[in-house]
Amino acid sequence: MTVTEVGSARRRKEDARLITGRTTWTENVTLPGMLHLAILRSPMAHARISSIDVSPALATKGVVEAFSGRDVADVQGALPCAWPVTEDMVLPDRPPIAVDEVKFMGEAVAVVAARSRAAALDALAAIEVDYEPLPAVLDMEAALADGADLVHADKGTNRGYTWVFDSGEAGTGGDAAAALDDAEVVIRRRYVQQRLIPAFMEPRSVVVDPTGDVYSIWSATQIPHILRFLLAAVTGTPEHKVRVIAPDVGGGFGGKLQVTPEELIAFVAAKRLGRPVKYTESRSESLVSAHHGRDVIQDVELAARRDGTVTGLRVKLMANMGAYMGLVGPGVPILGAFMYNAIYKFPAYRFECSGVFTNTTITDAYRGAGRPEATYAIERLMDELATELGLDPMEVRRRNWIKADEFPFTTVCGLQYDSGDYDKATDKAMELFGYDELRKEQEARRAEGDTVHLGIGISTYTEMCGLAPSRVLGALRYGAGGWETASVRMLPTGKVEVVTGTSPHGQGHETAWSQIVADQLGVPFEDVEVLHGDTRTSYKGLDTYGSRSLAVGGIALYNACQKVLDKAKPIAAHMLECDPADLEFAEGRFRVRGNPDGGRTLADCALAVFAAHDLPDGIEPTLDADAVYDPVNFSFPHGTHLCATEVDTETGRVSIRKYVAVDDIGRVINPLIVEGQVHGGIAQGIAQALFEEAVYDEDGNLMTGTLVDYTLPTAADLPSFVTDRTESPAPDHPLGTKGVGEAGTIASTPAVVNAIVDALRPMGVNDIAMPCTPERVWRAVQGGAA
Amino acid sequence: MIPPTFDYAAPTTVDEAISALRDAGEDAKVIAGGQSLLPLLRMRFAAPSTLVDLGGVEELRHVREDGDTIVIGAMVTHARVLRDPLVNAHVPLLAQATSTVADRQIRHRGTFAGSLAHADPAGDLPAVALVLGASLEIAGPHGRRVVPASEFFVDYLESVVAPDEVLVAVRVPKQGSWVGRYEKFNRVAQGWALVGVAALVRRENGAIAEARVGLTNMGSTPLRARRAEAALAGADSPAAVGAAAARAADDTRPSDDLLAGADYRRHLAGVLTRRAVASLA
Ligand SMILES: Cc1cc2nc3c(=O)[nH]c(=O)nc-3n(C[C@H](O)[C@H](O)[C@H](O)COP(=O)(O)OP(=O)(O)OC[C@H]3O[C@@H](n4cnc5c(N)ncnc54)[C@H](O)[C@@H]3O)c2cc1C
Repeated sequence: MTVTEVGSARRRKEDARLITGRTTWTENVTLPGMLHLAILRSPMAHARISSIDVSPALATKGVVEAFSGRDVADVQGALPCAWPVTEDMVLPDRPPIAVDEVKFMGEAVAVVAARSRAAALDALAAIEVDYEPLPAVLDMEAALADGADLVHADKGTNRGYTWVFDSGEAGTGGDAAAALDDAEVVIRRRYVQQRLIPAFMEPRSVVVDPTGDVYSIWSATQIPHILRFLLAAVTGTPEHKVRVIAPDVGGGFGGKLQVTPEELIAFVAAKRLGRPVKYTESRSESLVSAHHGRDVIQDVELAARRDGTVTGLRVKLMANMGAYMGLVGPGVPILGAFMYNAIYKFPAYRFECSGVFTNTTITDAYRGAGRPEATYAIERLMDELATELGLDPMEVRRRNWIKADEFPFTTVCGLQYDSGDYDKATDKAMELFGYDELRKEQEARRAEGDTVHLGIGISTYTEMCGLAPSRVLGALRYGAGGWETASVRMLPTGKVEVVTGTSPHGQGHETAWSQIVADQLGVPFEDVEVLHGDTRTSYKGLDTYGSRSLAVGGIALYNACQKVLDKAKPIAAHMLECDPADLEFAEGRFRVRGNPDGGRTLADCALAVFAAHDLPDGIEPTLDADAVYDPVNFSFPHGTHLCATEVDTETGRVSIRKYVAVDDIGRVINPLIVEGQVHGGIAQGIAQALFEEAVYDEDGNLMTGTLVDYTLPTAADLPSFVTDRTESPAPDHPLGTKGVGEAGTIASTPAVVNAIVDALRPMGVNDIAMPCTPERVWRAVQGGAA
Repeated sequence: MIPPTFDYAAPTTVDEAISALRDAGEDAKVIAGGQSLLPLLRMRFAAPSTLVDLGGVEELRHVREDGDTIVIGAMVTHARVLRDPLVNAHVPLLAQATSTVADRQIRHRGTFAGSLAHADPAGDLPAVALVLGASLEIAGPHGRRVVPASEFFVDYLESVVAPDEVLVAVRVPKQGSWVGRYEKFNRVAQGWALVGVAALVRRENGAIAEARVGLTNMGSTPLRARRAEAALAGADSPAAVGAAAARAADDTRPSDDLLAGADYRRHLAGVLTRRAVASLA
């Protein structure tokens, strides 16, 4: 095989239509007779619905139907949770439309269907609802206290679950409590992962067409296959009568990894009305009702020796679930559980997480899902340890991390890290960054009394990608497997259609998949069409999240290509009148070994099976092939990120002066796409460190309900990133790829906060709560501590 | 979301606009660039019965010189202000401050006059209009009147423009020997000001002879920092400027909200004033 496409920075073939918008988004699907839905949402965090009357809305111009939760209580079904992390997890029924009680601001209470979207929105104002306020449960610690007000009175507790991993009990390591007792140094901290809003660019949208006897559902989702399976299950519709289409989808970041109330509402409305319906949320609705991310309080204790060797870690989390359990929400902190030990070798670890109900929007997967939280905590702690011991923070890390010759390495969590070279990535990053010079400058400026302080932040990270070996998911009580599919279809003219079970929503799968096929089958990049997102064409798959598409779906594709070649070979041999064993395949052509001339291309074989006039006996006339790949292990990308910040102590403004990222994500299919993922990921991680926070007031009103208050950064807020790579191929599969979708987000947040704290340490500051807004930084400088 | 239903009038002259407002009654609203009004409509915070669109009124699109004054028509956009030669030559402070307003797309449609008429204390240009000593030409059913900027802003989102009136032009005196600087502090680069300071100074013999300091978002209207201004007069050293600037927030009662605490805003006003004035050395 000669590699030409893989590794080349191809421009993305899908971009022209995505950037110009000249494509199918769910919002521009228009069907004959289609009605438009508008949803009335709760203005309160917690209240009894004492009465609700939708009839005035029915009298409004253009309105065809209006209904409340009570009207559909026994047909609307309940939203699914696919990850009951413990056997005794509390799982309250989650109705798409609230019936008797609203449990968070933004929850749906009634629905209007009208001939136009404007008419539907106008009619909402006519609906009469009386709310009887109930106490809003907002603070997690208060929620867990005895006698607390309850989100779900019938459950008797706000504690959804407590999930524990203990390396001593699991037999994968020592006893963390003992390590802490015996430690020469203990660092104890509380870190708070603020609540974030995924804020994908395309708001969520759904169209349901009940015409005929199959329900067709277009949705701006990351998970068309999971949605089909679960919609069938929760609505009692036979699965073969449900078709889901995720057309082009404008971003997700985990925020569209959900089966949503809006999807079920549209389904119920279409079924009730017998007509197609469409619902598209506004940005304000999206911010209050689409699931949020993070919102975890971390109590962490690190045990170490005076020489900097870490001897144990104990982690106790409270994870805010919101008012209900989301699709995979309970499992998000568990995805982080195995990452607190990060790239380090320490021998004892205990992790305990309680999922807590509050009267807020549910939380669920958000880029990184569990791993950014873990990385943040351990990387902040390593800096604190270094400070405590008077050591350079990189030196402390070096003393603890796994060395290149120790791979594969079995961690204190029992995971087997596949490959990596932390020294190499770090050395490269330090050189690009100019670490030593910046340290010198920092000292000099401190001596001069500059009011703008230079800070240097480090983050050395690993993560687990390629969700996931099905067996592992089963052991973690997740509701599905982790395999992925690919189909390759050879058209008679030699062109290729590829079907993937992953579901791109901006990542560039069509380009990367085409590059893989081009190399494997020796066809031009342009000759490959990648199909996805419609359960009619791509009937089997597990969709896109957790940096899994290439790391799992890419391998399925590779394997399907090999099967095509296996099928083509005897046909080529037949045409060349030789023994298949004498053929070799290169550059798209089967040739008799040792004879560079002649031969037959794959296109020749495709035409031959199309005609099927003259095939060897017993050969099925097709080259098409399917493959399903179930990974044998996660893959573990890693890297070193370095950040230099300028902290203006007069105003508190933090600006990033230099940001260097050296990532090792295994082999790279398309460096341009990788750059894009790294840049976007770093931006999102910096956003958590500096800019974004979803804030509720004491009554449970979301205060950051528009993008004026939920301050998303733009390009103008970010520096130019310096990115580079090292390459430790994944050893478990032929592509050697590891996954890059979340790396930047996971790595960057602690790099930035470490840099800010580093800048301000001489002023007595050892932590600042995220996001480190100018005001918070200024207050920290005023008070010497935040 | 989608705005509630409204009627729409598209006058081509100021007189037609005034008649359209009169015909439509109390609930009518003028729309200029729509960059402040449309979000309010889409959020359904406002529901005017009629929108009177000034977009087709050609006579409002000019920038002209009138003796010592630059006259900026009501439909002159931020983008036009930024590249207009008269503005750049004679009121550079306005151009520099306008460059900090929102982003390119919004500056392309939003208008200078609309920013003033909207009277949002977080808007950047009201404070600038104050220190520049601008005056506003308003036309109504009973003729025209000219109101100085110092009397134009009444309260949060409220100016002296009556519902049946149209702001037709902003008259801005040339800066002459005054030099100015707008310092804006926001949480994200294209965000609204947490605090902004418009400083305009005139120097004589190396010292500040006169200073005007306008404050954005330090109260329900744009404000002048009179005490700092008085203290700046005669300041001839960085230390003197610093001491004077520290008084910028005297007598102000800025809001204490999600985006910033009042004490922080007051602190920022001082720092920004010092930086703005210091940059004008
Ligand atoms: C995302 C975003 C960010 C922004 N950021 C900033 C910022 O950082 N700084 C800043 O200063 N501004 C900002 N703006 C506001 C922007 O500058 C607006 O363009 C400006 O405030 C209003 O101008 P307009 O022409 O769009 O007015 P419109 O929206 O058309 O009108 C605003 C109000 O003024 C009235 N009005 C307008 N013109 C007249 C007139 N001639 N006579 C009588 N009444 C009139 C209208 O009736 C309405 O009540 C932002 C806007 C947006 C959407």
